Amino acid sequence: MAKDKMQKIYRRLPDIEKRLREMSEILLANLVMVGEIPAPTFGEEQRVQFILDRFNEAGLTECSTDEAGNGIGVLPGSDNEKSILINAHTDTIFSAKADHTMQVNTDSITGTGVADNSLGAALLATIPYIIEELDIKLRHRLVLLAGVKSLGRGDLKGIRFFLDNNPFDIDSAICLEGVELGRLSYNSIGMLRGEIICRVPESYDWTRFGDASAILTLNEVINKINDLRLPKRPRTSVVMGSISGGSSFNTIARESSLRFEVRSESQEVVDEIGERIEEIGIEISSKKGDEVQVDIFARRSPGGIDFSHPLTRCARNIIQELGIEPRLAPSISELSAFIDKKIPALTLGLTKGDNLHKENETIKIDPIYKGITQIIATLLAIDGGYCD
Amino acid sequence: MTDLQKWIQSNTYHHSQFWDLKKLVEEKERQGLTVSLCLPTLNEEKTIGKEIILFRSELVNRYPLLDEIAVIDSGSEDKTLEVARNFGADTYLASEILPHLGEKKGKGENLWKAIYQLKGDIIIYVDADISNIHPRFVYGLVAPLIYRESVKYVKAFYDRPLAFSGDVRASGGGRVTEILVRPLFSLFFPELTAMIQPLSGEYAVRREVLEQINFPVGYGVETSHLIDVHHKFGLEAFAQTDLDKRVHENQPTQALGKMSFGILQTFIKRAKALGVIDKADHETVLRQFQVKNEQHEQIEIELMEDERPPMIEVEEYRNKFNRKLKKVK
Repeated sequence: MAKDKMQKIYRRLPDIEKRLREMSEILLANLVMVGEIPAPTFGEEQRVQFILDRFNEAGLTECSTDEAGNGIGVLPGSDNEKSILINAHTDTIFSAKADHTMQVNTDSITGTGVADNSLGAALLATIPYIIEELDIKLRHRLVLLAGVKSLGRGDLKGIRFFLDNNPFDIDSAICLEGVELGRLSYNSIGMLRGEIICRVPESYDWTRFGDASAILTLNEVINKINDLRLPKRPRTSVVMGSISGGSSFNTIARESSLRFEVRSESQEVVDEIGERIEEIGIEISSKKGDEVQVDIFARRSPGGIDFSHPLTRCARNIIQELGIEPRLAPSISELSAFIDKKIPALTLGLTKGDNLHKENETIKIDPIYKGITQIIATLLAIDGGYCD
Repeated sequence: MTDLQKWIQSNTYHHSQFWDLKKLVEEKERQGLTVSLCLPTLNEEKTIGKEIILFRSELVNRYPLLDEIAVIDSGSEDKTLEVARNFGADTYLASEILPHLGEKKGKGENLWKAIYQLKGDIIIYVDADISNIHPRFVYGLVAPLIYRESVKYVKAFYDRPLAFSGDVRASGGGRVTEILVRPLFSLFFPELTAMIQPLSGEYAVRREVLEQINFPVGYGVETSHLIDVHHKFGLEAFAQTDLDKRVHENQPTQALGKMSFGILQTFIKRAKALGVIDKADHETVLRQFQVKNEQHEQIEIELMEDERPPMIEVEEYRNKFNRKLKKVK
């Protein structure tokens, strides 16, 4: 039964894609405008406001921000029995000072944060328009969430606040990510994220020439972490994401920091490595006399729906039907917040991109239409009850 | 309040006054007006795509304020035309419009040929090198023409202070405006000092005015427009709109020298033709701008360049140094 109904959706795919291409100007204009509003984590207000303005213009009756700053728009369904959530995080990794100019080329768009996640946010802003143009009548209520405080130290605070406090009783969710088309995340791995800060104390004996340096201390920390034995099964890794420290060529560095993330399929392994890293901090601090502070500020638990869950299956089939190879990858982004609430959810990518998280971050324009077709089809499948 | 200050108050707008695009489009349609946007280009592939997407999405599809978007190109060597066509603009080479009249190089040439090529009752010119492009660049300029029949020529200015203390701050144009054009206008055309940024490259004009004025093809086009429109239609034909901020690449001082030289040529030609050169002796007021309580106002600075004669003409000097006044032929 569900299979036959899915066939109906598959048959609509080429037409949906064609119609979306006709709407490209609205989408790309929204992308340029959203993308040029800086939105560092904790500073997303203006970007959220722009998206809310779009919701208002589209005539969404209920739209506002919640206490956390998330932007919310509601499209009522015909019976409103259930609520489907589409979510895009609005924050980017770039500071407000970075150049946010978007450059539109013949077949691509370049600019800071365009892939992660201005495209997702722009699509969210455009969805009410798309639904109206495609004359889609949903049975369930559709809740659109422009999430804040997602990345880095934001640690999903926005989406978690929404899920704790919203009145909608969310039944299932789709998270939008700019890249990579074909990406299908349905589960989360265990993760912890932290920062290690080494400081040379103010009272340091500076006559000990050359011996004192926050960089050397951090170097020792890094070596120790590198020496940790990580199991092959369950798969586990330590990502050393970035380091910073010191101020010039010839001044002894008084402070240094390392940002890292531990990922594993097993919660126990994550916790154990977290403890080991904290011990490394204490050990080196006592040996060198420098202050070593280990700040673990974000954790995710592994979990999620199964590969064979109807929602996963639906999305996978739609992606394949569009001629795209699904790329299954666990996620540690907003999906984790849904997993913690036991809400079936997926993260889907929208297009192809290059130079992710660099200033010349670039996305391809053409694949976007397939990317959005996939989102609309998945929404129709959920609304039709084929993913339960 | 002086007449000039009154004009400034009644003919100076901020784009936010025209946010209601639905109302603006209704009024445009009620009057049966057509509006064309002209983007003059020369190697602008980096910014042109974005301009066209934004204007088409917001001002053609969403609110049909524009009836036509046309790129008029001076022979770009990059992908300007390809990108522009790809995103749905009409593209023309300036050299192919009225080809028998020959080809002159410069932005003014494109603006002039646009009058022939484009269909609108109103033509809006927007430079293609603006990196923070926004629909306000168009609706902010066209709205005074749609709402006020007496207005014929609307010029952009950009004034968005990032931080200032107190409630009075200086305002005005760029370096060439403040060093060259404003002093020149203060001397010869004091009424034109009411324009806050006389050299801005964005303006919306009625066809009936465009077809009546000369177009220098180079740097002098904006200056000559102001003088000619003022001469033919008076100050009441003008309005100006604050479009907040315009981000573009800054010109090095030498390029500004070139620009000033072009402007001076155009200016002197007109000042001579209108017989205002001799007036310079009488005008001693420099008119600059400041913003007080969010209102633009002029400040008039009396600046009398007084002089002393050669010292030899002073008797005490001659006596002290035992010098004689020689008669020089």
